[in-house]
Amino acid sequence: MSTVLLPDPAPVGADPMLPRVARVLARRRDGPDVWTLDIEEEGGGTGFAPGQFNMLTAFGVGEAPISISGDAASPNRQVHTIRDVGPVSGALARLKPGDPLGLRGPFGVGWPMTEAEGQDVVVVAGGLGLAPLRPALYHLLAERERFGRIVLLYGTRSPGDILFRRELESWRRRLDVDIEVTVDHAGGDWRGHVGVVTTLIPRSAFDSANAIALVCGPEIMMRFAIVALRDVGLADEAIYLSMERNMKCAVGLCGHCQFGPDFVCRDGPVFRYDRLSRLIGLKEI
Amino acid sequence: MQASGLDRIIREHRFFAGLDEEAIALICGCAKNVRFEAGQYLFREGDAADQFYLIRHGRVVMEMAAPGHGAMSFQTLGENEVAGISWLIPPYRWRYDAKAMDLVRAVSLDAACLRGKCEVDHHLGYELMKRFVPVVAERLHATRMQLLDVYGTPA
Amino acid sequence: MPQKQTLTPDGLQALLDVLQARGYRVVGPTVRDRAIVYDDISSLADLPAGWTDEQDNGQYRLVRRDDEALFGYAVGPQSWKQFLHVPIQRLWKATRAGDDIRVSQEPVADEKLAFLGVRACELDAIRIQDRVMTGGEYVDPHYKARRDGAFLIAVNCSTAGGTCFCVSMDTGPKAETGFDLALTELDDGAGFVVEAGSEAGKAVLDELPARAANADEEAAAEAVVARTASSMGREMPAEGLRELLLDNLEHPRWDDVATRCLTCANCTMVCPTCFCTSVEDSSDLTGTESSRSRRWDSCFTMDYSYIHGGSVRSSTASRYRQWMTHKLATWVDQFGSSGCVGCGRCITWCPVGIDITEEVRAIRDSGRAEGGRNAG
Repeated sequence: MSTVLLPDPAPVGADPMLPRVARVLARRRDGPDVWTLDIEEEGGGTGFAPGQFNMLTAFGVGEAPISISGDAASPNRQVHTIRDVGPVSGALARLKPGDPLGLRGPFGVGWPMTEAEGQDVVVVAGGLGLAPLRPALYHLLAERERFGRIVLLYGTRSPGDILFRRELESWRRRLDVDIEVTVDHAGGDWRGHVGVVTTLIPRSAFDSANAIALVCGPEIMMRFAIVALRDVGLADEAIYLSMERNMKCAVGLCGHCQFGPDFVCRDGPVFRYDRLSRLIGLKEI
Repeated sequence: MQASGLDRIIREHRFFAGLDEEAIALICGCAKNVRFEAGQYLFREGDAADQFYLIRHGRVVMEMAAPGHGAMSFQTLGENEVAGISWLIPPYRWRYDAKAMDLVRAVSLDAACLRGKCEVDHHLGYELMKRFVPVVAERLHATRMQLLDVYGTPA
Repeated sequence: MPQKQTLTPDGLQALLDVLQARGYRVVGPTVRDRAIVYDDISSLADLPAGWTDEQDNGQYRLVRRDDEALFGYAVGPQSWKQFLHVPIQRLWKATRAGDDIRVSQEPVADEKLAFLGVRACELDAIRIQDRVMTGGEYVDPHYKARRDGAFLIAVNCSTAGGTCFCVSMDTGPKAETGFDLALTELDDGAGFVVEAGSEAGKAVLDELPARAANADEEAAAEAVVARTASSMGREMPAEGLRELLLDNLEHPRWDDVATRCLTCANCTMVCPTCFCTSVEDSSDLTGTESSRSRRWDSCFTMDYSYIHGGSVRSSTASRYRQWMTHKLATWVDQFGSSGCVGCGRCITWCPVGIDITEEVRAIRDSGRAEGGRNAG
């Protein structure tokens, strides 16, 4: 026997590389090419932290990382928001209630909900970035008294692209949270803001010396949002963002999701900004 | 009464912060309080850019009318923001429509009057440029981000 | 430290026989397609007796020696990773019956492997892959099953390859640990000095017709290794290497190497530590049976970093930079050691002859940080 000592592999049932069979409970269209699937696992869900993701398999087609966009307090009903951009996401988006699919996860590091306690929380979302932030918002609102001011700044392309619109409107009616929605352009029937989401940052009221920012959206938008957040006084250690890279295994072994020394699937997808600040400004890292 | 109230407004407005007394007095001479009801236009595309506005209360939407598209809005402006840049650049004509979304209270500044004073007093001119150029740059930056259509579905 | 012993060439055949009798699949070097590759070995006759390799940038050829040394070459295009971290590995199968799907994990391999002729650099590469595949939070069961119980017979190199630089990477040429048996082939057919490196190695050695090595033989073995150590084909300036590369991510050298690199991925295929993989799902025509397989992948492909309709690293410069900075710098952050063992395969098998040691030297000698245009 060779002198090398190796740890035992996880028992078969718990192998994170093996998909568990789950079933679609409900399917909703949430925007152009955007679908939300409610998924149920046999034996109930394992629970997840806001910001984590699952790997969903359309059997015979392939697998894709999909943000969990539901409420962490209801783990049995796993909600995923999918944009149809290719064969795998398209196959997943077309699944109907009752259809089976494969599920692996949850994976990754989530939003810093504990660190945020006692502080103002500024959530900056762009486009589909609102999906992985929604579980954080559910938590913030459910545990409202643990946090200071809560501000959601959401930007998207046009009013027709607004994700979770009814939910946003109902949150807007609350008196204990500030919701501002802006679009890049609109027609005459839009009465909200028009302009990039970063312009909402200097206009919103929060204590930058005691605030934490959660940012998610296209990488360009996140970079500019971070500039605007730093301009109003947030420290690099107070800003968190969710990165996205090509993923095949989600356990830090296939190499695809590397961003510098970090594996986005395992060391992220949520990162504190100071950890990435040097690399995020460089091209093609 | 109105003059001293305006004086305070201009003096305290973020846009004119740091100006000396003489400049403030010059600007006040070109200013007056105005109000727009919801739906009223502050200015329209093609009109002479004779005044610009410091928004004190309410929101203004910048729009362009396109055949078949109705009014397309590309920016909303709120409290403490400036509506109107073309007054600075020949031929001093508005390129867009600006409409009040709700009741808007603003300070209107007579552009022709101010331009005249700036020609005579270059110090005032430079102070105004220092405050306006960043606004123009910010708008350009924001416009570029909108142009990149970062939320768009990939090709 | 167990006492060194001596084996005759016939004794080496006895080693193969003992291993086969114990149920091992013995793989080792053999000549095929004008290269020395690793394949199943049943007798000494399969070994590349009397062959050596001449290696240089983008060059490899076999040349006859004027003796019949069995291990008188450096390394070929393959490494032992093809047996441990296999090129294609099915992960699971799913069977569908109506709306029901049942997923079954692919059973792990049930095979005892014995590797004959593992160089010191290769021992280090295996150690590095052990750390990657089984030393983290996720332990790959397929790698572990093949690795556990593998019997490693190391060979101390008697000749340094034209592109070798194990000395400057501190990984050889002498095999220090991680083997069950280590052989040093003495010159002129005088036999092998052998030492056991584990209990399993000792047990096998006890069954062989070996005798205690005398002082001359031990000295001769040490001389062989010393000769190899002093004739390395290349040298890696390894001091402060991680910081050098991470401080120079925008160095113009990346654009320079990009004018030469074809992104053919040869380097990642021949590298004994590269571990990146991709997965492929497939199904039969009726959709009843589907499966997922894992296969080797390379950071040099356009697909590797594809998201949202484009690749994050689409320029050649960015992909070359990713490979080299991962191998020599960020590997240290991830796994606690360099990812490079100094075997030189990437230099030999690059069709345009890019030399990783030369690329490092160019950045180091340029004496400036963050100079020049952004890579890309």
